[in-house]
Amino acid sequence: MTFSKKTLASSIALAAATLMASGAQAQMSNDEVRIGYLADMSGTYRDLAGPGGLEALMMAVEDFGGTVNGVPIEVFSADDRNSADVGANTVRGWMDQENVDLVAGMVASSVSIAVTKLLDGTDTLAIISGSAASSITNEHCTPNHIHYVYDTYPLANGTAKAVVEQGGDTWFMLTADYAFGHALESDVTKVVEENGGEVVGTIRHPFPTNDFSSYILQAQGSGADIIGLANAGSDTVNAITTASQFGVVQAGQQLAGLLIFLNDVHALGLEKTQGLLLTTGWYWDMDDESREWAQRYYERTERMPTMVQAGIYSSTMNYLEAVEAADTDNAAAVRAQMADGPINDFFARNGRIREDGRMVHDMYLAEVKSPEESTGEWDLYNIQATIPAEEAYRPLSESQCDLVNN
Amino acid sequence: MATTQQMTPAMQRQRNARLRRNTLYLVLIVIGLLAPLAVYPVFLMKVLCFALFACAFNLLLGYAGLLSFGHAAFLATGGYFTGIMLASYPGLTPELGILIGTFAAVVLGTFFGVLSIRRQGIYFAMVTLALAQMMFFFFIQAPFTGGEDGLHGVPRGELFGLISLSNNFSMYYFVLAVFVIGFAIIQRTVHSPFGQVLKAIRENEPRAVSLGYNVDAYKLVAFVLSAGLAGLAGSTKTVVFQLASLTDAHWHMSGEVILMTLLGGVGTLFGPVVGAGLVVSLQTQLAQSPLGNWVSVILGLIFVVCVLSFRSGIVGEIQKMVRKNFK
Amino acid sequence: MTMIFGVPLAVFMGQLMLGLINGAFYALLSLGLAVIFGLLKIVNFAHGAQYMLGAFAALLGLQYLGLNYWMALLLVPLVVGGLGMLIERYLLRRIAHLDHLYGLLLTFGLALIFEGSLINFFGVSGSSYPTPAALQGGLNLGFMFLPTYRAWVLVAALVVCLGTWFIIERTRLGAYLRAGTENSALMQAFGVNVPLLITLTYGFGVALAAFAGVLAAPLYPVSPTMGSSLLIVVFAVVVIGGMGSILGAILTGLAMGLIEGLTKVYYPEAANTVIFLVMILVLLLRPAGLFGKEA
Repeated sequence: MTFSKKTLASSIALAAATLMASGAQAQMSNDEVRIGYLADMSGTYRDLAGPGGLEALMMAVEDFGGTVNGVPIEVFSADDRNSADVGANTVRGWMDQENVDLVAGMVASSVSIAVTKLLDGTDTLAIISGSAASSITNEHCTPNHIHYVYDTYPLANGTAKAVVEQGGDTWFMLTADYAFGHALESDVTKVVEENGGEVVGTIRHPFPTNDFSSYILQAQGSGADIIGLANAGSDTVNAITTASQFGVVQAGQQLAGLLIFLNDVHALGLEKTQGLLLTTGWYWDMDDESREWAQRYYERTERMPTMVQAGIYSSTMNYLEAVEAADTDNAAAVRAQMADGPINDFFARNGRIREDGRMVHDMYLAEVKSPEESTGEWDLYNIQATIPAEEAYRPLSESQCDLVNN
Repeated sequence: MATTQQMTPAMQRQRNARLRRNTLYLVLIVIGLLAPLAVYPVFLMKVLCFALFACAFNLLLGYAGLLSFGHAAFLATGGYFTGIMLASYPGLTPELGILIGTFAAVVLGTFFGVLSIRRQGIYFAMVTLALAQMMFFFFIQAPFTGGEDGLHGVPRGELFGLISLSNNFSMYYFVLAVFVIGFAIIQRTVHSPFGQVLKAIRENEPRAVSLGYNVDAYKLVAFVLSAGLAGLAGSTKTVVFQLASLTDAHWHMSGEVILMTLLGGVGTLFGPVVGAGLVVSLQTQLAQSPLGNWVSVILGLIFVVCVLSFRSGIVGEIQKMVRKNFK
Repeated sequence: MTMIFGVPLAVFMGQLMLGLINGAFYALLSLGLAVIFGLLKIVNFAHGAQYMLGAFAALLGLQYLGLNYWMALLLVPLVVGGLGMLIERYLLRRIAHLDHLYGLLLTFGLALIFEGSLINFFGVSGSSYPTPAALQGGLNLGFMFLPTYRAWVLVAALVVCLGTWFIIERTRLGAYLRAGTENSALMQAFGVNVPLLITLTYGFGVALAAFAGVLAAPLYPVSPTMGSSLLIVVFAVVVIGGMGSILGAILTGLAMGLIEGLTKVYYPEAANTVIFLVMILVLLLRPAGLFGKEA
């Protein structure tokens, strides 16, 4: 039933948008498709998207042929330095001066929220690939953006559920003390409790924190089975390092990293991370298609892509195909075109874009390999289970987004 | 009416200087009015906001000799209070929102000032840094600031309830007006007897004390004035960009304003304006170029070169040159 | 279980232990700053970056030269200290006659340059440095499991701190140093090469930072930004102790480690802020810091 409602809604949107687009004289604004890539190019989140994400985007544009329906594709980029301020100002400039059609990349949730607030109601589309906060397509949803790779909901839903099912039913949470950490913490708490587990303690640590020894010691003292890490980037890396020094795993407790990227595991090394369960939207060694693309990416960058970098390629490709099919770069029309069919490529399986802007697709529960199992520098995960697209993400029935008719 | 014959050469020189200054101001205002036709107005507004911030900071460093390492706290306080008021009371007009933000910065400045003003040199810098860190903590923890996510969707609203500021041009002229008012306050302060006493304190504090001046009171007034103007800059910035974020409260921002002032020229009226313009252009232009990753390295190099070779800053060096060649 | 203020005794004791270790670390870093400020009146804002360079030098030494931990502990402070001497000789000396604030600004700029350049080459996610074989494993103290390496950090930091204090306050060399910076013309007349003494002192302060960096490498991920977050905390420690007081820096470092440790138990959100609160209180009551002399 939801399906038919969705198709109906999107075909109306498509019809309306096509009407609007055909009403306009120039179908491609200023005879160019202009893509701005905005990401942290120098700070904490540089390695999960950063310059590597720009490379993925360029790869997509090249693979597409560099032009859409005869008009050239122009790509430019900027460093948002993880600041909502810088990010929003950059995009404001792009809209006023560069006629940007698509803003891609975007990592820090604060940047994404600030940017989408600006785009709301304009003719520019944003595809967010790096951010985690599920609020981006919940209370902060707009008709001008799509959230592509993952969000906090499947992270909690995948990792926490699997861990509780494996018997880890008492949890101690280490939470980064800001909106993203709080959201992840509450999502995890909900999932743990629903599955019969219990959260016995929580520490909210400042962001960022260098020294986790005190928190790890308190988590050890709590006697919980699982230490849940509701943080990201360097905080997670530091927490895991410290836990390994204090022999947390040897003493019988387990770590559950809720947001861990390939580059984090790579930086930490398998010795410290082996056995860690995590949820990911994609892994380069998942199957032949993924391996083939990852190999091409590796040849350009000498690093294996993270799920965010792969998602940037996939979303750009899908965007360009939609622009071609709709023969316009108008935001509403392209978004409707993208949402019109399923998305299946090397990155997304059973993907589709919902009316709240969430791209739902299969997610994966992965376990970090032990050093003995691993056969190469980037051979890091075992995929344990697939979480089907429709189960992974927050159901629309719980949505607070204005674009969803509840 | 006084005629030229009755004037002493000194008065003549003074009159000429005033004439030159007024012509300069007039030319600058005309440039300010025409600028948005040639340059992107949002960029100009950003420059003006930071220029006002740097001028406010310079009032303290350049004229009272106090290096504050915590001025970000005032910028952020102005910004957050204005943002919260405008976002939660849709009927509130932007100029009132800005006044509220500025007032909040004045209150905070009084509090900081009372605590720190008796300390000198490096200790003063450190106390202001510590106080600003406390404010940073407050902004992260307070429920109404949005923490790391920042405060978004602040409406620009309608000036006096009449003129919509959503257009970049009308917004620009409003910001220009705010800047001119702020600058005029600083200019008047510096050239007033009050400003002369401040300079005397900067040059030789014990002598100022022995002359019977209440040195602490003078410093406190300068501190509060500087905090209020920094708050005004922050408030205006929030209205322009429709958001307030932790970037403005971080201690790096306190460092950046020092760089702007140093680069332009400490203790010159126009130095901070030039410095702010250069630093903001550098950041905006570099971020979008292949050199984007090197912004902090380039800023660092500027710091080093300025301290080693151009301690009077750009405007200060120019003034020196003018004085040497036109004597 | 015995409880102390709602926390089990074992956890409480464990926190004190960790606080002490962190404190020793703070002491080591603030000692370097205090030596540089106390003797040379330079506010070394590049201290965090120099600490980071120490950790990086150890890491790169291991990766490219096969330099082991113990060699690094010996050589890296010499190399980074040497770099410090070049900075003093060619940059800081040129502004030595000016207000201290210029030194602060110059070293702040240097810190930006070091940090920014390394970010471009190595990214920020950080690399791990293996714990040396001899110090792996841990000690069971009854109330906690203490990794051997942290016990070593505590001992090494304390020994270096006390050694430095002894050299500066109790030996002839230290007396020359103090005299040379107090009245350089007089010492010059006595045939002491004061400029060389100053260069060596700055190099020594930087070497202490680099030593702390090597000690930190196996504990924290080695990343270009590891120093900048620590810097203002260490600065606060030095200010609380009284700028330039060697003993003040050491004792305050230990005390702040303990205070921060307890904050992490009772109000973790404020862990990064509590030191600044202490700093404000101390400066209000004792303007020159706990161990400083009134100017």
